[in-house]
Amino acid sequence: MTNPGPAPDLTPGVPTPSTTGATTDPTPDARRHGALGALADRKKKRIDALAEAGTISSEEGVSLWQSAWRRLRRDPVFLIGAVIVLLFVLVAILAPWLAPHDPRARDLIGQVTPATPIPEPQPGYPLGGDNAGRDMLSRLIVGSRQTLIVGVLATLGGLAGGLVLGTLAGGISGWVDTIVMRIVDVMLSIPSLLMAFSIAALFARPSQWTVILAIAIIQIPIFARLLRGSMMAQRHSDHVLAARALGVRRPAIVFRHMLPNSLGPVIVQGTLVLAVSIIDAAALSFLGLGNPDDSIPEWGQMLGKAQTFFNTYPHIAVYPALCIIVVALGFTLMGESLREALDPKSRR
Amino acid sequence: MTTQASTTAYPSGAGGGEPLLSVRDLTVTFGRGGRAFTAVDHVSFDVQPGQTVGLVGESGCGKSVTSLAIMQLLPSRGNTVSGTVSFAGEDLLSLSDAQMRDRRGRDLAMIFQDPLSSLNPVVPLGTQVAEVLQRHKGMKNAPAQKRAAELLDKVGIPDPTRRLKEYPHQLSGGMRQRALIAMALACEPRLLIADEPTTALDVTIQAQILALLKELVQDSGTALIMITHDLGVVAGLCDEVNVLYGGRIVERAGRHDLFARPRHPYTGGLLASIPRLTEERGRRLTPVPGSVADNIPWDHGCAFAPRCASEIGVCRERTPELVPDRPELGADRLLRCHNPLESNPLDDAPTTEESGA
Repeated sequence: MTNPGPAPDLTPGVPTPSTTGATTDPTPDARRHGALGALADRKKKRIDALAEAGTISSEEGVSLWQSAWRRLRRDPVFLIGAVIVLLFVLVAILAPWLAPHDPRARDLIGQVTPATPIPEPQPGYPLGGDNAGRDMLSRLIVGSRQTLIVGVLATLGGLAGGLVLGTLAGGISGWVDTIVMRIVDVMLSIPSLLMAFSIAALFARPSQWTVILAIAIIQIPIFARLLRGSMMAQRHSDHVLAARALGVRRPAIVFRHMLPNSLGPVIVQGTLVLAVSIIDAAALSFLGLGNPDDSIPEWGQMLGKAQTFFNTYPHIAVYPALCIIVVALGFTLMGESLREALDPKSRR
Repeated sequence: MTTQASTTAYPSGAGGGEPLLSVRDLTVTFGRGGRAFTAVDHVSFDVQPGQTVGLVGESGCGKSVTSLAIMQLLPSRGNTVSGTVSFAGEDLLSLSDAQMRDRRGRDLAMIFQDPLSSLNPVVPLGTQVAEVLQRHKGMKNAPAQKRAAELLDKVGIPDPTRRLKEYPHQLSGGMRQRALIAMALACEPRLLIADEPTTALDVTIQAQILALLKELVQDSGTALIMITHDLGVVAGLCDEVNVLYGGRIVERAGRHDLFARPRHPYTGGLLASIPRLTEERGRRLTPVPGSVADNIPWDHGCAFAPRCASEIGVCRERTPELVPDRPELGADRLLRCHNPLESNPLDDAPTTEESGA
């Protein structure tokens, strides 16, 4: 290194040594030396990086959920799902302020005639009205509330029931497991929508709550079976054996070592079930087992009412159907990417 | 205890005094009736306080099952465990589940093969170490966490207070095994069972972990049962070695005696299969021929006979007994063989210290 040209390359302060070495010195000899200097510098940097990697990083430890969140933030599928879900939740919360008209007001009733039962789209009413002259857009916006309430409450109900049954079966095992699982098997053997109809039809006065109850009950066996299965897998895992070898008591093993490790698939199923609940709730309302009072709009119920006019005015069925599809898709996308992010096998 | 009745066939070890753990005729059978398989067959050995005993053998010879049976960790369904395991005068096999649970972690502890899967992935390290202390010593969470940090420090984990909040996947393999050792030794058990603790680790970490185990065991006077298939580990750590084959002990000797004069052809084969620095390069290793699948049942002769180079006619006709070897080799050498080796298969063998390094 007799040439003074590449000398500054070796000092760490210069950010781009190869370009400065190559452009400031016109002679080919100097250029070669510059390249050599850059090579030495790169080598030095690499060693520094290696040394840095060897020392303990000073950052705080991250939990399982934190690291899952780091992965999710960069996952486009999750982001699309999350945006859909977020928009849906925001619309549901802000519905009364977002809706341009009162969803119960029969503003367009004057245009409803036997020949034209559905008012056409017009200024102020971009999606037109329904057969009672109510604004379609406002009804769709306000309808998101019912859908959200039913979806979330039904899923939470199913989750709670499934957690109790699954923990009983997977945690205690033996005869408790046998009894719980046979009940669950019987429930699973009945087609779920048929069972939801039957449960909803048991009530004399159908309402939003009978729909929630019916859908929650049909989700219980799925959650219970899933949780029981993953708890069984945990029971034979090495860390449970290690905990037993340390004399840890059974409740602690079940609740600290087995349950938290088994929740991943259940949580994912929860987000997927949200989508199913919304669709099932729509199906029940469509068939008239939902809230009979159509002054509170609900997407499934709107879909059901639309079938009379479907041949001539398909749009009044398409709008609520699209809403249901998009929201269900949002929850499914979110659930799928959540499953991937929480899967310890895809972890680095 | 019933130990007196059955000890006649098994002269107790060199230690003389009351053994801490005394295993007699431990037999573990999987399944029932015609399909029953005896994984551990009348295994007997003693562990003196502070002693390190090795159980050595290839995969499927029953070493891990022996340890799980001592800890009463085998699933109760479909398994039959018989014999006695007396620990400080109590027969562990006759204890109730709850009594055994109180002893595990406090009096006897165990460390396992795979340090990653043996730690709970969703619970921070500190909680896992503190859990043992809370369970057996009745400590509250805050002092237990403090003690956990001290324990992690003792097993050589740098910056233990910060590590308490970390999760197992954030630690390296060696670190995890250190944490597991800290958990196992948290309540200062009198007996530690290490089931191939270095198998999942690379060689430099293996050496560190073995050195750590040796140091901790010597400091606290904990007895150690070392289960391994690695004779290097045995050479570096164990006072007494039991070689298992097909669920039975085939040879027992002190560590120096075993390496200097292996008597059972299987032990000789194991030693001969180790690569050595002194031999010329490119020479093929000498494996023990065949596999465990070639075993014949012990009732009809020696299970090792089909793979044995020094097999003689009687080997397939009569089952050899585990009897004291020739008196000039010392009183505590036991051997189960009709035609033992007369010379060390490693004529050019390095000294014991070298093979352990």
